[in-house]
Amino acid sequence: MQITVTVNGAERTADVEPRMLLVHLLREELGLTGTHIGCDTTSCGACTVLLDGVPVKSCTMFGVQADGREVTTVEGLMSNGTLHPIQAAFKEEHGLQCGFCTPGMMLTGAALLKDNPTPSDDDVRWAISGQICRCTGYMNIVKAVQAAGRAMAAETAGAAGVTS
Amino acid sequence: MLTARFDYHRPNDLDEALQLLAEHGEDAKVLAGGQSLIPVMKLRLAAPGHLVDVNRIPGLDGLAEDGDALAIGALVRHKAVERSEMIRDRYPVMAAAAPMISDPIVRNLGTVGGSLCHADPAGDWGSVMLALGASVIVRGPGGERTLPIGEFLRDTFETALEPGELLTGIRVPKPAARSGGTYLKMERKVGDFATAAVAVHLDLSNGTIGRAGIALTAVGPKNIQATDAEAHLAGAEPTDDVFAHAAGLAAQAASPVSDLRGSADYKRHIIDVFVRRGLARALEIARAA
Repeated sequence: MQITVTVNGAERTADVEPRMLLVHLLREELGLTGTHIGCDTTSCGACTVLLDGVPVKSCTMFGVQADGREVTTVEGLMSNGTLHPIQAAFKEEHGLQCGFCTPGMMLTGAALLKDNPTPSDDDVRWAISGQICRCTGYMNIVKAVQAAGRAMAAETAGAAGVTS
Repeated sequence: MLTARFDYHRPNDLDEALQLLAEHGEDAKVLAGGQSLIPVMKLRLAAPGHLVDVNRIPGLDGLAEDGDALAIGALVRHKAVERSEMIRDRYPVMAAAAPMISDPIVRNLGTVGGSLCHADPAGDWGSVMLALGASVIVRGPGGERTLPIGEFLRDTFETALEPGELLTGIRVPKPAARSGGTYLKMERKVGDFATAAVAVHLDLSNGTIGRAGIALTAVGPKNIQATDAEAHLAGAEPTDDVFAHAAGLAAQAASPVSDLRGSADYKRHIIDVFVRRGLARALEIARAA
């Protein structure tokens, strides 16, 4: 089946079997291997991507369901050679150890910050509760998401010429 | 993991969906949120030849009060229920259950209607709807019919849906002015199925209990309505003794099996404790209303 998906802002077309999972469409057809496959059973959230801005587990959706919709993967976070604030914060706050869960964690974090720019510890932990960090490095993931929120707020304030 | 091969259909309206379902009969499955169906297909526990993706059908995602009931469209996602202020204000059983279903990412896609159609005895919405006395609206080649949820949920993974039929919505009766309820769930971790859970709803009239709804999750072949407990409560004074007796009756209605999540005795004990706690909480909410 011929499908067109807007991936990280660019229209991509592919001819896929209906049973191809979204994660395989991204990794194998489109070469975007930043989206990881962990459990393949909807438990770990390593394969999380944003579908029209909302986190979904790409191992639990068929690629054909994304036809005509927008998908954001970790490769889409950076823009013009600059890290997204969530990426910069994960680096700064040691939000990753082995890195396997990181793409999904950053995407969920970015989606959370759109709704809630100043999340509490509980808010972040709740948002990422469908994702597993096998290094158990949750403390720094939480800190990184909060730091990204502060950085984004400062950026917005800076752009608006606000000083505090 | 790959599913077995299937033909994918994406109807643009209800008529087209019904036509496809009629055409393919038992070989077709409806794809809504897919959060149970796709895992089941990946494990090859199901291998339908045709998937009818209803996600693009307009008008199935309504969540609003309509006359004497709350109308829930078949495509209402768990997340929409979780975020609804109207639900938080007036449907405390649903408000308590929604954030406990699977995990936040799964709730972005999974639907209330799909969960009911999947008819997993560990599904949370089945118990919620039994406690609230909800009905489901089903459309098929023969037109539309409305069934009480207790008739719809037949057995493990089995509903009253005939081949060619589609659940289009759910109707929850508007609760009485003084009413309350909650959903209590024991789970080992976020995202796990319930070890055991209970849905409790109470109406108060002049200080005594009007209708009571109690239903149990993951302690039998399907969601169980604890009818003896409900009957004991109806018309009674809302006292601790009455609640304790009802909880005992609910625990007797459970028929859990021992498994990785706990022994049958343990699960029955959870039901007893949770029904008592749930009733106390429901009463608190009803009295504050």
